Amino acid sequence: MLLYVARRIAWIATTLVVLSLLIFAITQMLPGNVAQIIAGQFATPDTVTAISAKLGLNDPYYLQYWRWASAVLHGDFGRSLIMERPIAPVLWEALANSAILASVAFIVVAVVGIGLGVLAAIRAGGAIDYGVSLFTFLGISIPEFFWGIVLILVFSRSLGWLPSGGLADPGSGFATHAAHVVLPAATLAFALIAHVSRMTRSSMLGVLRSQYVRNARAKGLPERVVILRHALRNALLPTITILAMDVGWLIGGVVVAETVFAYPGLGRALIFSIERHDLPMIQASILVIAAIYCSANLVADLLYAYFNPRIRYG
Amino acid sequence: MASAATIAARQERQRSGLPATLLVGLCLTSTVLALAALAPLIAPYPYDEMSVLTRLKPPSAAHWFGTDDFGRDVLSRTIMGARLSLFMGFGATAICLCIGVPIGLFAGYLRGRADEFIMRAMDVLMSFPPILLGLLILAVTPPSLWKAMVAVGIVYVPLIVRLARSVTLEIAQEEFILAARARGDGTAYILFREILPNAWPPLAVEAGLRVTFAILLGAALSFLGIGAQPPSSDWGLMISDARPFLETAPWIVLAPGIAMSVTVIGINLLGDGLRQIFDPGLRLGRTG
Repeated sequence: MLLYVARRIAWIATTLVVLSLLIFAITQMLPGNVAQIIAGQFATPDTVTAISAKLGLNDPYYLQYWRWASAVLHGDFGRSLIMERPIAPVLWEALANSAILASVAFIVVAVVGIGLGVLAAIRAGGAIDYGVSLFTFLGISIPEFFWGIVLILVFSRSLGWLPSGGLADPGSGFATHAAHVVLPAATLAFALIAHVSRMTRSSMLGVLRSQYVRNARAKGLPERVVILRHALRNALLPTITILAMDVGWLIGGVVVAETVFAYPGLGRALIFSIERHDLPMIQASILVIAAIYCSANLVADLLYAYFNPRIRYG
Repeated sequence: MASAATIAARQERQRSGLPATLLVGLCLTSTVLALAALAPLIAPYPYDEMSVLTRLKPPSAAHWFGTDDFGRDVLSRTIMGARLSLFMGFGATAICLCIGVPIGLFAGYLRGRADEFIMRAMDVLMSFPPILLGLLILAVTPPSLWKAMVAVGIVYVPLIVRLARSVTLEIAQEEFILAARARGDGTAYILFREILPNAWPPLAVEAGLRVTFAILLGAALSFLGIGAQPPSSDWGLMISDARPFLETAPWIVLAPGIAMSVTVIGINLLGDGLRQIFDPGLRLGRTG
């Protein structure tokens, strides 16, 4: 197991290095010189040259990459060209906001998704099953951004129950803070609930047909015990790894949901910097998001190995 | 209490005759296809015709879906948008197949070092969340619909490569491939004339799945402002542009949003139905 963990971690580290090279290479193709952007539209060529020299933009690419990469490893992401301040604090604040949103959505997905999946499996072929599969089908088919806008229309504009976007003022109470997270989290959760409940349903169906569940029933155990203690435990194994893998989807969803609800998180920061060609900010936010995704994959792999002895001892 | 018998009965019912999902999916998909094909003939107005006098008008007899903030007819724009959406879906899938299938065939047939290298490279590509890879590609160039399409196509290349490779690994063991090698056929000939014709069924199923994912991802990119650009009537862009008027003119958002949902639902139903007929074992959930 230890060897396996070490191998996985080494692989993730290699991947991140390759990713950082890729990010660096692609962003170098960005039209427009960074020095030109800093100096502004009306700068003289001399100013641009001076700034280029100061930033080391004339150095060979490998040297520039090395400078960037080693600074990143020290937690320094450089300065944002547009906001004109160090990126790291901005990035961590955005990351914290995104983390709140994503974890709320993730918990909702886990609870509701697994719950619906189990319910659909127990009542397979019944009205509830059809209801759940209709719901999951819509979840997979309706684009997240449209679903978010429909939520705004219904709960914010028409009913006036919840705010339509942004973040609560720092001084306000917990309820106000929570209210601002509800709609974006619901938007994020919708598609993922569909996915998780589908997976749970199918693995639960497999387990329910198994010999040991029949044995448990034959022993005369109450149905509740059979479902919760015997069936669900085994059915959850694949679902847990699916949940971890869904973090990738969650990240994509976060970018969209934050844009819809003007929620100041990492995704919004990324889109904002792309719109304004803020090169260091683009590099930093993509690298951080990719690192999070890789870690989530690592967790998924390790969980899978933990629950699957064939890999643990392989 | 649903017993195993009920489930078996239900599966039996699904097996006999055409599944309802297939029929509904076929109807929806062919409607959208027809609308897209005949768009210029059906659309009552040009999609980019502006009119100051008819700004933000609610749905009426003259404008069934109302007008937007430039006075453009929302129905016409939505119908024209179907073209762009399908173009995105099928175009990106085609790009993805054109890049991914040859690489996958090559890796699966040759094995060894080349295979190892290709698969590691694909693993790196897959360690990006899909939308992020698209964003990275699009961040560096002025946005446009076809660039978004290429980006979406590239995003799904690793999946296709993996699939094509695993199918090839299996087929390469078959006797007719050994025979072709013994005949002295060239590698390219074996790959494209012997292996590919036998590898396409699982690839076609996967490609069908990719179409809806590509439509959704492409629309998301346009929505984020790095896909289609104004005055294009791409559905994602229409929804994005109409957000300031959510309160005063919700029809501008609802029309493209509902159109898009119906399109994707239709294609998904069609795919589900086809899979039920051809390969019941393939009906597993998968991630985008």
